[in-house]
Parts: sequence; structure tokens; C-alpha cells
Amino acid sequence: MILGLIEHTQGALSDRTLETLTLARILAKDMDTPLEAVSIGEEVSDVVDELLAYGVSRVHLVQHEGLKDYAPDAWAESIVQLVEAESPAAVFAPGSERGNEILARVAARMDLPMVSNCMEIEPGEPFKITRTRWGGSLLEEATYKGKIKFFTVAPFSVTPKEVPVEGELAQNPVTPTLNDKDFLVRVTKLVQADGGGMSIADAPVVVSGGRGVGSVEGFAVLDELAELLGGVVGCSRVATDNGWRSHAFQVGQTGSRISPDLYIACGISGATQHWVGCVGSKKILTINTDPEAAMVTKADYAIIGDLHEVVPALSEELRKMK
Amino acid sequence: MNILVSIKRVPLPGEKIILTKDEQEIDTKYLGFAVSPHEECAVEEAVRIVEKHGGSSTVLTLGTEDAIAQLHEAMAIGIDQGILLETDRSEWNAMATAKAITSAVRAKEEEGEKFDLLFFGNESADIGGYQVGIRVADALDIPCVTGVKEIEIEDGMARVKRKVSDGSEIYEVPLPAVFTIKEGINVPRYPPMIGKMRAKKKPLARIEPEWSEDGVEKIRLKTPEERGSTVEILGEGIAAVPRAIEVLKELGVI
Repeated sequence: MILGLIEHTQGALSDRTLETLTLARILAKDMDTPLEAVSIGEEVSDVVDELLAYGVSRVHLVQHEGLKDYAPDAWAESIVQLVEAESPAAVFAPGSERGNEILARVAARMDLPMVSNCMEIEPGEPFKITRTRWGGSLLEEATYKGKIKFFTVAPFSVTPKEVPVEGELAQNPVTPTLNDKDFLVRVTKLVQADGGGMSIADAPVVVSGGRGVGSVEGFAVLDELAELLGGVVGCSRVATDNGWRSHAFQVGQTGSRISPDLYIACGISGATQHWVGCVGSKKILTINTDPEAAMVTKADYAIIGDLHEVVPALSEELRKMK
Repeated sequence: MNILVSIKRVPLPGEKIILTKDEQEIDTKYLGFAVSPHEECAVEEAVRIVEKHGGSSTVLTLGTEDAIAQLHEAMAIGIDQGILLETDRSEWNAMATAKAITSAVRAKEEEGEKFDLLFFGNESADIGGYQVGIRVADALDIPCVTGVKEIEIEDGMARVKRKVSDGSEIYEVPLPAVFTIKEGINVPRYPPMIGKMRAKKKPLARIEPEWSEDGVEKIRLKTPEERGSTVEILGEGIAAVPRAIEVLKELGVI
């Protein structure tokens, strides 16, 4: 059996979960073994059809009165006990903050290795795997030996694909034995975001600035263009390091990974750190003085010129059209 | 507060990653090196906490002798002392790394130096395993919060914040504890000239760590396929604006 940890909110599995189930299902098929899922502290009635569509034949529902608030050690211990009871060949978790942290805690408790950011798996003795490094700018092929294999799935690297399974979804309620120590680390309070403005992850258009912007004030022209296009302003790591913009708007490996309809990169050279954050954009338009910059050569469209002249001229034209 | 920060030396790959002929490593002949980004912020956070609450700070790395440069960078902005877990191997697996760090922490404890806070990066820039800090916390049997973006210390407790998609989670944990830090918690300062000079005079211990296999073995590295687009140059300077407007229309943005 192959086991996959699922995350779901508002009646739908998360994108990271769909990627995870897709990769886990491929391995389950190759090993001729069923795919099962585990949901912690939450009902799955809303996602039964989705689980069946992605090839899950049975789901383990971990129930415990202490699991209402997120407590990563309690989650990990619950999975350890399930793994010991059900002996899966491999355990998958989504390539999300939680998925990576939970599986690392499970692997640490069981003193076994874990492979993060996996994108291809070939079973055998040993397993052959391909995983991402540098946020996806580089791939690593490796062999993997271990009694039970632990994988998290590289975000945006596996295309979710439905492979439905016949029949009903079997549900197995389980109650783990947890002690006070498992709840030492738990969420004591949730603070909702203030809801002010669109987030960089949801914006259809992102106008980003980098080194070429040159100052806090330099971003004013990008703010104006973003507003005219109904988008938001992002930035590169250089801009954050210089204190020109807040880290919440940083696009890149250590910032946000975004996939807007249009990404406009102004004065950004396109270092790998930045590129992996915007590579998922449907179209990329670069404005840069250097025609050789990676951000220019890898873009769909480019304007060779100074953003301080081009961006205001573009805004001016857009205003005329309104 | 007595704080340990574990950091990693990583290359700065620039715009394109070039591999060595044997495909085992990034060709770093023409590259600079730095402290991995999340850990750079962890160093800054440690210095700020000691400035506020008093105490001392230690920076640790596992790597070759070259990694002393990164220990010095951390000491240049205010970390008091360094520990190099010195190795000839270019890469260590996560389990062996965690075991080596755990042993170093225990050795320090035996010398009478106990850490209240142990900082790691949430994940390293290069390998991105998400697990060394978690494994060290597990081995030391102390609490661990990952992805930390804010820390407040009060009465032997730490109140930490972590960002989630729709807001923030708050955790309150007793010390000692492990926190894996994420970039954005602060903006690291630039090292002052005098700091760079002082760093070289600060204590630096060298320990030879013990290597062990963990079952995951690199075969080779390779670069992924490109995005597969060909760039259309819309023009130079403001002369490109009319064509740019057409493109925005074609894309349905306006």
C-alpha cells in the first residue's frame, strides 16, 4: 500500500495534494499496490469524489479531541502509528509548508531518510528518483534505499491527472494514542490576514521591480502601471534586501512562487533565485536596458530600454485609452 | 539568551547554472558564495535577540575549510563565536548532518554551555531538504517550530509567528527550542568594516564530525528543460509603447 497525506479546505483538495496523489498513484500502479490517503482531524465527506477520481481506494481518518488545532508533533505521531499499523511501502506528503514539516517529523521519529521535492520515482531495489534542487533550477537523480520511503512532492513539477478508481471509498477511522508532549507545539492563536488588497499569488497581472528600480521612490511608476492594469506590484530579492519593498511581495525561491496571466519584470536581470518564482507565469514581458539579460532572453516579450522612461510612457498611453 | 545558529555555505548561481563535467556539482569556478538566504536572516535574528536580552551567540556550519568565510560573515555582524564541523566531503545527507550538529550541541552542553535557542534555515537554497532542524530537535527532544517569521521572548517562553495562506499562526513554546527561520523575518544588516576585522579574532572551534550513509545517494545533476518560449523584442525605449499596447490587448489584459 502507498499512503498519501491530504490537505483540503472548503470542500476541495489543495493543488499540492493533487500533485502528490498523482505522483503517488503512478508509483502505486508501478508497484501494483493500492493508493490510500490519510486525513488528520478533518472529515472528508466533501472530497470523496475527488479522492476516488485521483485513485484513492481507502482513507484513514485520524480522530482525536486534541487535533482541532494544528499541532505538528501530534500529526506526525498519528502518522507514525498509522504507518506501524498498516506498513505502507511509501508515504507521500504535499510539497507545502505543512507537508514538508510533517513528513520530516515522521521520518525523524522513525529514524529513516526522507526525500523532499520529488518529481519522478522508479521503484526497484534501490528506488531511482528525480528531485528538484535550487527551487527547480536544477534536477538531481538519486538512488533511495529504505524500509519505508518518505516523499514530499516538488510544487509545480507534477501535472495533476485524474485516474479514477472503481467502487466506494472505504473509510477507516483511527484514534491515535497521544500524550501531552505531542501538543507542546500547537497553534494557540490564528490571526486572519487584514484582507487589504489583492495578494501577489492571486493577482492576474504582477508588475515587478528589481535592482534597476534603484530606490523606494522608483517604485511609484510601477505602482501606477499595476493599478492601471488591475494588478499588484512585486519585487526581486535585491529590492527587499535594500528595503525598497516588503518581503511579502518578493517573487522568487525564498519569496512567493506565482503564476499570473502576465508578469512584467522591470529592471530585473533574472537570476535563478528570481526566475523560479515567476517561471509559472502564462506570459512574461521584460523591460530592461540589457538585451543579454536572462530575464530578456527567457521572456515572451521584451522592451529594451530604461524602465523609468518606458513604464511612465506605457501608463500615459493606458490612461488616454480609459 | 544563549543562541546557536546553524548555517550553510552555498554558491550564488547567477542567471544560469553550469555543472562540472562529471555532473556531480555546480561549477563554482566563477561564482561567489554566501550564507543560504533563510539562514542569513537567522543570524541577524540571533544578533538582535542578544542585543535586546543579553547573552551570547554561536554560529555553526558543516563544511570544508572554505566555509570559515561564512562563519566570519556571521561573526562580522555580531555573532560571538564560531564552530566548524570540518569535512572534505562536498555534500552531507540530512541525517548525518543532523547527527553531527546534535553531537556538537551535546559536546557544548558537557562543557557547561547550554543553548536556549537553536536556529536553522527553513530549507537550504541548494538541496532544500526541509529537515535538518527538525531532526536535531527530535534528537535533543525539544520543541521545534518551522517557517518562523517573528519571535518574541518572555519569561523562558517564546511566542513565534508563522505565515499561512490566510493569515498567521501563533505558537507559544517553552525554551530550549529549535526554530527554523524564513527570509522576511528581518532585513539583515551589512557587516561594518570594523566587524569584518573583529570577526577574524573571535573564537573558532574546529570539530571533525562523523559521516554516515542514510540510503539516499546522488547519481548526477542535470539542468531542467527550458520554458520553451522565443522572445519577441517589442522595440527600444518609448518607441516600443504602441506595440506593447497591442500585445496587452492581444493578451486580454486591457
